Amino acid sequence: MIFLLTINRYKCCYCGACVGVCPACALELAETMIEVAADCKECGICTRICPVGALEVKA
Amino acid sequence: MSMKCDLVVVGAGPGGSMTAKTAAQAGLKVVLLEKRQEIGDPVRCAEGVGKRALCEMVKPEPEWIAAEVKGAKIYAPDGTSIVMSEDKSGSEVGYVLERKVFDRALAMQAAEAGAKVMVKTRALGLLKKDGVPCGVSAMRVGEPLQIEAPIVIGADGVESKVGRWAGIDTALKLKDMETCAQFLVQDNTIDDEYTEFFLGNSIAPAGYAWAFPKGEKLANVGLGVLGTRSKPGEATRLLKDFVKARYPNGKVLEMVVGGDPCAGQIESTTSDGVMLVGDAARQTDPLTGGGILSAMQAGIMAGEVASKALTAGDVSKAGLKEYEDRWREDIGKHLTRSYEFKEFFVKMTDDDLNQLLGSLKKEDISKMDLRGMLRVLFRLNPKLLWELRHLVV
Repeated sequence: MIFLLTINRYKCCYCGACVGVCPACALELAETMIEVAADCKECGICTRICPVGALEVKA
Repeated sequence: MSMKCDLVVVGAGPGGSMTAKTAAQAGLKVVLLEKRQEIGDPVRCAEGVGKRALCEMVKPEPEWIAAEVKGAKIYAPDGTSIVMSEDKSGSEVGYVLERKVFDRALAMQAAEAGAKVMVKTRALGLLKKDGVPCGVSAMRVGEPLQIEAPIVIGADGVESKVGRWAGIDTALKLKDMETCAQFLVQDNTIDDEYTEFFLGNSIAPAGYAWAFPKGEKLANVGLGVLGTRSKPGEATRLLKDFVKARYPNGKVLEMVVGGDPCAGQIESTTSDGVMLVGDAARQTDPLTGGGILSAMQAGIMAGEVASKALTAGDVSKAGLKEYEDRWREDIGKHLTRSYEFKEFFVKMTDDDLNQLLGSLKKEDISKMDLRGMLRVLFRLNPKLLWELRHLVV
């Protein structure tokens, strides 16, 4: 099964909280855009810290 | 394109700007990078700041003070409240800032001191020579830019990367981050004279809600939830409930979200040629979430140490040790103490909170500072607060 971290760019308020908790250092806040690197382990920690619920790990 | 300087500061928040200003005043050639187009915007802050400590560092300007408060009101889950006056609880409350103006003013002070400010310029990584950092590679309005500098300051906020690039582990665990949401609310019932704090696990699990006045009938109303108690979107959802219940006719003029580190002292904030400042160094107060003042204080220290280290010709981790020692002696001790309080506070039930604040009902705490109030709380609730006895002196 392929898991994927998806970001709803219309919800995202680009606060960077997800970047701060990412244990794999796979996220980056490029001004108003969250970028996901290939190092993402789809652990889902970032989804829980997101104040607006813009992140989701989809099966 | 490439350029050279003595010190490159990544991030033009209060921490970065104070570092840049201090270093430039000491005669260093400083470059201050900000990835956003506009310094200070969007805001990710409740904007409350202690008056006394702020005035020790900068001269307050009326343009960036949105409100001055008389004190703080703290509400228990059952609605009981206590009032603390500003002159006694001065380190916790005082001014509510207009960060968009304040941040820009501090960056301007850095510029006036001689620092070169570059906006829409994002650091992409550290330049390294023989494995030792010697500047940053950046992107400026879509174009590559290399900035060589013997010292790099990571003042790049909650999403800090500078430390991680330098091998410093700054990743936060969910238990050490509050997820926060805030609305700028206009409502006739807003208290213009006091900052208000609302406790309760149904309002803000293992956190609190706040209302900080920002001028006439206007306030930053927000809340923070501990990461371990949060679900996706929880902070915003709970805030909507809170605002609906407390300000049924309130109008929302602005939305702010963000993560607030509550980690206490992290193991290291320096490496060869690198110092971390402010949120990037997780220097936020774990109990209150306040981080403006400690970032500014740490920024001044980092600027001074950078200047000394360059003069001494040693920018290695050992050469930057004075920064580590100085901030830990001052800000660090406070963080550790606050972290213990936070770790205790997040375990409290609503009944515990009601008992604590209720016990103060018959006491005159209006003339007490936070430490004095804790002493009284301990005297009245020894059993509940037994774990904290070593902190109450």
